Amino acid sequence: MPIRMFRRPALFAALVAAGLVWATSPSTAGIFEPETFTLDNGLQVVVVPNHRVPVVSHMVWYKVGAADEPAGKSGIAHFLEHLMFKGTKTRAPGEFSRIINQIGGSENAFTSYDYTGYYQNVAKDQLGRMMALEADRMANLALLPKDVESEREVILEERRTRTDNDPSSQFGEQITAATYLAYPYRIPVIGWENEMRRLSHDDAIAFYRTWYAPNNAVLVVAGDVTAAEVRSMAETTYGVIPAREVPDRIALRGLEPPQRAARRLEMESPRVDQPSWSRRWLAPGVVWGDTKQAAPLEVMAEILGGGTTSRLYRSLVVEKGLAVSAGAGYSPDGLGPQTFSVYASPRDGTDLAALEAAVEAEVTRLLRDGVTDDEVASAIIRMKRRAIFARDDMLAPARLFGEAMVAGGGIADVEEWPERIAAVTAVRIAEAAKALLIPEQSVTAILRPKPAS
Amino acid sequence: MRRTLALIVLFFSLSAWSVPALALDIREVTSTSGVKAWLVEDHTNPILTLSFSFAGGQSSDPVGKEGRARLVSGLLDEGAGERDSTAFQQALSDDSISLRFSARIDRFSGGLTTLTETRDTAVELLRLALTAPRFDPEPVERIRAQVMASLRNDLQRPRTIASRAWWGASFIDHPYGRSGDGTSDSVSSVTADDLREFVNTTFVRQGLVVSAVGDIDAATLSALLDRVFGALPTFGGSTPAPNVTPKAAGQTFVVQDNVPQSVVVFGHAGIARDDADWYAASLLNEIMAGGFGSRLTEEIREKRGLVYGVYAYLLPLDHAPLIMGGLATQNARVAESVELVRQEWKRMAEGGPTTQELADARTYLLGSFPLRLVDSDGTASVLMGLQEGGLPIDYLARRDALYESVTLDDMKRVARRLYRPDQLTVVVVGKPEGVTATAPVPSVPGVPAQGG
Repeated sequence: MPIRMFRRPALFAALVAAGLVWATSPSTAGIFEPETFTLDNGLQVVVVPNHRVPVVSHMVWYKVGAADEPAGKSGIAHFLEHLMFKGTKTRAPGEFSRIINQIGGSENAFTSYDYTGYYQNVAKDQLGRMMALEADRMANLALLPKDVESEREVILEERRTRTDNDPSSQFGEQITAATYLAYPYRIPVIGWENEMRRLSHDDAIAFYRTWYAPNNAVLVVAGDVTAAEVRSMAETTYGVIPAREVPDRIALRGLEPPQRAARRLEMESPRVDQPSWSRRWLAPGVVWGDTKQAAPLEVMAEILGGGTTSRLYRSLVVEKGLAVSAGAGYSPDGLGPQTFSVYASPRDGTDLAALEAAVEAEVTRLLRDGVTDDEVASAIIRMKRRAIFARDDMLAPARLFGEAMVAGGGIADVEEWPERIAAVTAVRIAEAAKALLIPEQSVTAILRPKPAS
Repeated sequence: MRRTLALIVLFFSLSAWSVPALALDIREVTSTSGVKAWLVEDHTNPILTLSFSFAGGQSSDPVGKEGRARLVSGLLDEGAGERDSTAFQQALSDDSISLRFSARIDRFSGGLTTLTETRDTAVELLRLALTAPRFDPEPVERIRAQVMASLRNDLQRPRTIASRAWWGASFIDHPYGRSGDGTSDSVSSVTADDLREFVNTTFVRQGLVVSAVGDIDAATLSALLDRVFGALPTFGGSTPAPNVTPKAAGQTFVVQDNVPQSVVVFGHAGIARDDADWYAASLLNEIMAGGFGSRLTEEIREKRGLVYGVYAYLLPLDHAPLIMGGLATQNARVAESVELVRQEWKRMAEGGPTTQELADARTYLLGSFPLRLVDSDGTASVLMGLQEGGLPIDYLARRDALYESVTLDDMKRVARRLYRPDQLTVVVVGKPEGVTATAPVPSVPGVPAQGG
């Protein structure tokens, strides 16, 4: 799931600009040439050398996220992420951040369903210091009650900004909750407000002690550094933290039962002037379900709804003039059941039923006729080229390797992505489409205006 | 768009140069026909990134045609030369060429990213987009519909409403007071001829800046510059907006809106980019609002948990330098949050920063610059921004000295000049408790009229 909560709002745009946060599929090549090793205490390390500028990106990813929260404690993974900046046994609240500011670095942290991450971008000579500070808070978090109280207000304001002030975000939360019967992806990463209000110091510490351990983390360092340098610094910092037994989160999360009835949600709001329509199906990913479908589904999403030359945009937006936007979305990364979605937003005057029928016609055509070999070939070229563009960015590879490793994979998942995409054929897409696009296993969502009373 | 410009300037205020080892070798390339560009040659990857901008943007939209520049930015790649919209988009897609245009307040910028193997096609598509856009009826109506849909979304957002009210109140009778995103009426009234007029008057050599980063040498770039920009007229016909001082200083406006969290925008006149005090002002803004450890974030977020984000930035527009800021907080705590901003403004104006704050801000501004240069896009944007600011090509080598020469006394003097708590124009959108409006909300398109 691509939803991530960030601790620091101002940096989000910069991250997007830097390509660190990608809304679309992972685009990589087998050409980042990372090195990987594991410390004695189980910490996995990935080093992605890039000597273009004397800067490094230092990231620690924990294999725990919002989908691993205890019942009734929604939002605790994200709350803990915020509290990780509130000091340790030997460091005052905010001290780590102040040090980063003083050396001209940047930092942030993020929480998703499957992982929680912390990173700093700094001059290369500061890497050892960052490792020492990050290792310190991996083991020695110490929270003052007053800091917990004020930070709870911050995450509630964050929820108001992201969700409560915005009907389309509120609706998105409802859609996600309706997409999963049992799997914990149904709960929002930021948490339900009534549960967030009750999150305590003890909840945060319990979550921390359960999950934050070197053997449940991945260290990714990208930039102007060698694996040998990273290893020696990692051994004296992270390496001294003892391993600890960590629960089997896959088992704790449970399964998703089969869907037998199509679901349909509609929301009206006086704060909506532009309607929108979407439909999604649960889909396999790189970990969940029939994983060999992931690559065909990525190419299928590109052909059906990737950009202005895609089938949906061409048909609905350009040719029929029914919509202002239309597309498809699929990301296979993540431990649990993924989603494949199609969406459209009507032009002024377009009836939503006509819009829905037009999207359905494209889906039906896909199921009936499949895709052409030319479409597949062209999509594969575009997707493989994105991997070359990703090489231009120091930070993107760090995110891609982090995400692959916390999903339980290895660097090959990233490095071999272009090969997996290149092996996709029209026949495999047709098979994947038939397995996926089952009407009674869909969730349809409509957001529309409600005249103010 | 305002937001875009704000980010660019925010970045500007953070720019500094401190790592001499980071030998960014910038060369000025002048083409045969006299087009200039700054080039950083880097053959690590087979990629070329171009960034460029023209003088003239949303502030040149005629009255009643607000949204014109924005429509142009959406339509240049929707058909040009012999290629109609479909053919043009297909050509971009087939070769994975990224072509981007953006209408900013005072400038119109563009960017191109291409692999070396597709560079010739990319350059030709860019040339056509700038010199022969078609503005065919189908794409014009389609992009217009997209802009209208986007307006419908934006005008429901408290942040958009707050911004429009702030600019409308501060710049009555000046183009800055009219949002470049327009209204459904103004966007509807823009014709293809209006779009052509913008292109003809704006896409000219005077005021053009270009930067290139990546897999290209000077000779090849020189030919590229001639091909893309060489045929453009030297001068345009647009008249720049007059210089202006924001009105409504010291006023507080409240726009009633039924949301759980109020959005606040504040600001007043600031310091221009070419002002000798710019460097001190940049350091001051870092101390005031540079994220964690800064005064606003510590007082408002860290100590009291009032907000997720509070920000402030210098916005040196061509015709009105500004200092702007904003926050969002639950309705019950708006009054307290705004009062804290005023207090911090006053504290800085009266006492200036501490020696330690100055030292930390300087280290940050000098040390953080290389982070802007980790990819070609970032580097190209930096070089474009420097040229827009009229800075010389050796400027980066002298930045350390410019920041290091700022003394604590300078900081105190500039703090008194920059921070004027009684001049703050504050707009609140929401249902704030305990906030008294000092004036009625002016009539601004997109801001709901305030009735009883």
